Amino acid sequence: MATAVASHAHPPTSTGLDHRKIAIWAFIGSECMLFASLISTYLIYKGRSVVGPFPHEACDPPRCATHLNAILNIPVTSISTFVLLMSSLAMVLALAAVENRGKPGYEGILGSSKLWLLVTAILGTTFLGFQAFEFTSFVHEGLTIRTNLFGSSFFTLTGFHGAHVTAGVLWLLTLLAIDIKRGLQPKDALLVDISALYWHFVDVVWIAIFTLVYLIR
Amino acid sequence: MATAAVSPGYAHAGEKSASGLWSWLTTVDHKRIGALYMYTALSWFAIGGLEALIMRWQLKGPNGHVVSAEVFNQLFTMHGTTMIFLVVMPLSAAFFNFLIPLQIGARDVAFPRLNAFSYWVYLFGSLFMNSSWLFGMAPNGGWFGYAPLTTMPYSPNLNIDFWMLGLQILGVSSLAAAFNFITTIVNMRAPGMNLMRMPMFTWMAFVTQFLLILAFPVITIALVFLQFDRFFGTNFYTMTAGADPLLWQHLFWIFGHPEVYILILPAFGLVSEVLPAFSRKPIFGYPVMVYSGILIAFLGFGVWAHHMFAVGMGPIADSVFSVTTMLIAIPTGVKIFNWIFTMWGGNLRFTVAMKFAISLVALFVIGGISGVMHASPPADLQQTDTYFIVAHFHYVLVAGSLMGLWGGVYFYYPKITGRLLSERWGNWHFWLTFIGVNLTFMPMHWSGLYGMPRRVYTYDAGQGWDIFNAMSTWGAVIQAIGVIVGFWNIWSSRKNGEIAGNDPWGGGTLEWSIPSPPPDYNFDVIPKVTSRYPLWDVKSPELTADVPHSKHGDERNDVVVGGKHVAAFHDHMSAGTPEGGVNPHSKQAPTKVPLKTAEELGIPMPYPTIKPLWVAFFMVLMFASLLLIHKDKTQLAITGVIVFAVCMTSFLYGWLTSPLEPEHH
Repeated sequence: MATAVASHAHPPTSTGLDHRKIAIWAFIGSECMLFASLISTYLIYKGRSVVGPFPHEACDPPRCATHLNAILNIPVTSISTFVLLMSSLAMVLALAAVENRGKPGYEGILGSSKLWLLVTAILGTTFLGFQAFEFTSFVHEGLTIRTNLFGSSFFTLTGFHGAHVTAGVLWLLTLLAIDIKRGLQPKDALLVDISALYWHFVDVVWIAIFTLVYLIR
Repeated sequence: MATAAVSPGYAHAGEKSASGLWSWLTTVDHKRIGALYMYTALSWFAIGGLEALIMRWQLKGPNGHVVSAEVFNQLFTMHGTTMIFLVVMPLSAAFFNFLIPLQIGARDVAFPRLNAFSYWVYLFGSLFMNSSWLFGMAPNGGWFGYAPLTTMPYSPNLNIDFWMLGLQILGVSSLAAAFNFITTIVNMRAPGMNLMRMPMFTWMAFVTQFLLILAFPVITIALVFLQFDRFFGTNFYTMTAGADPLLWQHLFWIFGHPEVYILILPAFGLVSEVLPAFSRKPIFGYPVMVYSGILIAFLGFGVWAHHMFAVGMGPIADSVFSVTTMLIAIPTGVKIFNWIFTMWGGNLRFTVAMKFAISLVALFVIGGISGVMHASPPADLQQTDTYFIVAHFHYVLVAGSLMGLWGGVYFYYPKITGRLLSERWGNWHFWLTFIGVNLTFMPMHWSGLYGMPRRVYTYDAGQGWDIFNAMSTWGAVIQAIGVIVGFWNIWSSRKNGEIAGNDPWGGGTLEWSIPSPPPDYNFDVIPKVTSRYPLWDVKSPELTADVPHSKHGDERNDVVVGGKHVAAFHDHMSAGTPEGGVNPHSKQAPTKVPLKTAEELGIPMPYPTIKPLWVAFFMVLMFASLLLIHKDKTQLAITGVIVFAVCMTSFLYGWLTSPLEPEHH
């Protein structure tokens, strides 16, 4: 903690925390309202679509021109959710590796921040791959962003989340590049710390989305 | 206690470390960015005022035909959007930038380059939105842009695209600035300045930043839905697809009502600085002032549907929102009474800044009371969409926010430029504004109650509206003359105004302890804060006898800053104004004590950089490319978005990987 006070030229911060740590929390607070708006809209529009496909129930003539299956594939999304949650674990290990570099017990695989950053990024990318698969299969089944209210609100909500994961993956890869170039030291822990806060936040949002969109009928 | 009245080391006005266009384009100094905000906002104020004048000229008498109905729609839309997003918010941001670091005893904001970025996004975004005039395609859906009216079937032209993309861009600017100021206030307070010692302006600015970060994401999402509907054919606002016609209204006003407090709270903060200085009394009931500001912001998130009583939400929703709305009158009333009690028994000086501040207190009450009137749904059903509402919100925004901000301009111009504004011209400015504002907006109460609807571009004679409209128009002309006088004052005083000295008004907060204009590092020694009015503690301790103190500050006083111990008291704080608050330097030649540079003092200053400007520039171009979709050039639009996104990201990486300031040890 209190890494900001390293230089004597700047007064110590009022809280003892680095500026970036305060800013990322403010940013996350703001992001909460962003996702709250998206999720609320999805919930408000739930069951209001006039044409299929629908998330949880099949649609048959005469309501729909042809038979349309319920579109959400909960088993597949459960796997991708698991993958994303595991990425948070890898993120924790990456931060611990940077913070404890050189300490006993962190010599081996546990101390390899490069490995854990890479694993986090790969798991995040895997999640995105699942999402790409999900989106394309939905389109094949007749659900696009223009089809109905469900399509519009579903693709926008999950797409926004996917965009956040993408930004997180780019952030992680940037950290990985720095780590490879000069090695992240305990004094750089804050760089990993704030990216980890962001990454965990994006995960938590997904838990809300998975519960409200996929699990609850 | 320092007793020696050492000659202050203030720079004589006009002495700047660097000047020229390039230094302004690359500046990361919060004071210069604040000045840029101020001058840009005042320029847009002239444009927005011109739009209002054209509308008033059209409505001067019945059956006016100065402009067509379509142009009138564009005028009222852009007048509202300009005044809210390009004038009052940035003018508040000018004070946030300039004052927050000075008031909390910091050398800059937490993220100086992000601060520059915020300004450039604002500038380019405002230019983008107003460039629509050149195509005759200015936004025409009202500042609230109600969907589905603004969706493709009803608004097929580029007008709405300019509006929604412009607002999206401006949101980025506000959010980036808000993260920056929250961090600055949380983390960069001088030793001894705990939260309950922060100056009232900084407090209200702090509250405003929270409103910004919580309200803006909601309009962002509402605008994203609108963009998707317009560009990609989604169904968020398509009624035939089962969409809720109230979705936009709810999302917009969940943002829109906190936005009202985003507009007024900074002005409240400025008034809370001006009144104590010219009453020579600490603010009355400081903790209650703080809490009521927080309460206004908190309640502000629970009242949005009072903008929607006419849509038929049912008695329960109407009652709830009616009650929460009336509740807000309580903390607001507390503020009004505390300002009055601050002046009560004070040693009052009626400077122009003070007159503007008092007029906010007086006139805001009028707007506040009419606000409580339409907090009642049955009354609102009579008043909604009439000029009565126009009267109400102009009383809170012009007679409220803008009067407070003008007061702030007169109060802080000497700190910004080193010279005082002319009180003679200032009095003309004030009285013309005061008379003009009341002559314009007071009759609107009557035209509204006689049934004149808002946003009509012309009206027939014989409905009892003529006289009130004529009065409003001439009032607007008087306001315009007042504004011209004010602009002239700002222009001429920057060379001819009296030298201000450190502390022309006898203020009690830290910004008055340093030279005017402040050196780029603000404080050569980080001050120690002993109470809410640290400067009065040194210069006029009898004024702060009833204010909580700690004799020794807090435990962080003994820190080493820039290789120096933080001093117990500072000689320069005792210099400047003697008792009575009269500026002793007004008729004297400035004492030319050259200020030490940051380098001589060993204070690391951030490098100037052009990168935030380029990031902002490419971001705006990225948004602007989307316009091509509606010119059936989708491929070109996508290419533009990708190319500009790549440019933006590469400058962003360049920015993030280059050091902020020289290495120091």
